[in-house]
Amino acid sequence: MSEFLYLYRGGQRGGSPEESQQIMQKWLAWMKDLTTSGNLKDPGQPLEAEGKVVTGKGRTVTDGPFAEAKDLVGGFTLIEADSLANAAQLANGCPILEVGGTVEVRPVMKMDM
Amino acid sequence: MEPSDHLFRHESGRMVATLTRAFGLHNLALAEDVVQDAFCRALEVWKLRGVPENPSAWLMKTAKNRALDVLRRERTARTFAPDLGRLLQTEWTLSNAVEEIFDATGIADDQLRMMFSCCHPRLAETAQVMLVLQLLGGFGVREIASAFVTTHAAVEKRLSRSKKALAESGVLFDIADAADFAIRLPAVQRALYLLFSEGYHGASAQAVVRADLCLESIRLVRLLAEHPLGATPPTRALCGLMYLDAARLPARLDAAGDLSALFDQDRSRWDRQMIAEGRAWLERSASGCELSRYHVEAAIASVHADALRFEDTDWSAIVALYDTLMTIAPSPIVALNRAIAVAQLRGAGRGLEAIDAIAGLERLAAYPFYHAARGELELRCRNEATAHGHFQAALALARNAMERRFLEKRIAACATSERSAV
Repeated sequence: MSEFLYLYRGGQRGGSPEESQQIMQKWLAWMKDLTTSGNLKDPGQPLEAEGKVVTGKGRTVTDGPFAEAKDLVGGFTLIEADSLANAAQLANGCPILEVGGTVEVRPVMKMDM
Repeated sequence: MEPSDHLFRHESGRMVATLTRAFGLHNLALAEDVVQDAFCRALEVWKLRGVPENPSAWLMKTAKNRALDVLRRERTARTFAPDLGRLLQTEWTLSNAVEEIFDATGIADDQLRMMFSCCHPRLAETAQVMLVLQLLGGFGVREIASAFVTTHAAVEKRLSRSKKALAESGVLFDIADAADFAIRLPAVQRALYLLFSEGYHGASAQAVVRADLCLESIRLVRLLAEHPLGATPPTRALCGLMYLDAARLPARLDAAGDLSALFDQDRSRWDRQMIAEGRAWLERSASGCELSRYHVEAAIASVHADALRFEDTDWSAIVALYDTLMTIAPSPIVALNRAIAVAQLRGAGRGLEAIDAIAGLERLAAYPFYHAARGELELRCRNEATAHGHFQAALALARNAMERRFLEKRIAACATSERSAV
């Protein structure tokens, strides 16, 4: 088994309370499935939209990242899967895809001894 | 943990009501933004970390923190709730004032203030009902459009105009003023009654949407009935009426998902617990000397609930109750229902005579079930061709696929009846 990071980007915000709850319930169901199948290593954390960016040798600190909402990483989850293909397959069920968001699947580099 | 059904929707109503108290009615849009923001945060956090132990408290606390931010940031730029104005000016009094506003014991009163404010006499009844649905029920524009079978744009326009009028109407309704409370109360009861009717008789083809409206009206009327000034006999009767009618909802659609008329319903599917609840409210409504239309309508629903089979219905009691209702709240619809009861008691011919005698009959012309009722009674008189014509007229007016299927079946019944006569 190898580890993979899911990076969630975009996805529509807003909608009525009922619609929000339905989206949330889909996430809860998806997370439950990943737990049951033994693929969930860590549910991860959501990220605030605002932050700071530190750049260059001068260590300039600016407000940011101010990416477009669709490009902004909104949260992450750590997954265990057999292969990258398998990890991508599991991401198919992610509810963010139904509201225009994306899941980026990145293999965690192995520390081979 | 698993969140309860409609948690967000119900919390939305509570949060908007409480925030409006802090911000003032003129900042209604700001209150709605803060609530929207709290739901976005809940969705982001909960979807990964799971639903917290006490989700309502989490949401309310998130809204409270956000409200504090807004009040600190904008206290010089905006005016907030007039009666709290001075308290919100300094940091020390601000946090105490906000703590007090968000105190859980006041939430029911906040919702009542909002409910009474929505039923402002300057607003048309439909506008009042839509406002109650959105601000107290947490329904979205799409959901309201679906309930009223109209477009998203139409509901949006109507709501934004009504909210503007509401925001301009000044301060939140003062529910502590017993005299004002008593004056506004009938309008509030009427709005809740219309909200329930929209769910029960409305045109939406989505059974789920309609059941949601009925259950939401019950939640709101109970808030009213649990307030010392709101718990008048008509409020209790209205509460009883809603429970007794809603008890029949599970049987209104048959196994195939088609509309089922009262005479056809599988009565074992009526919700006995709701019937018991409705009866208890109806009994509690029997004090005082005022007999409201809600009393009479609840009594009619109660007679239906008594009959385990359609044939066992006490039609003479029902006709008598409709006679009373005609003296309190006469309308062509009530008269039509009375005529149908007369047909059950004295025969279809007498029923048709009663229909012909309805004052303002022309107002029923666009109502599909008026033509269907005529068709049904003509069919019983074995005038199949006439019946067929009435059902056709009803079919042309049907408001959704469910009603169409129901009427097509009645048209088919005319043909069967004709053949069996030959």
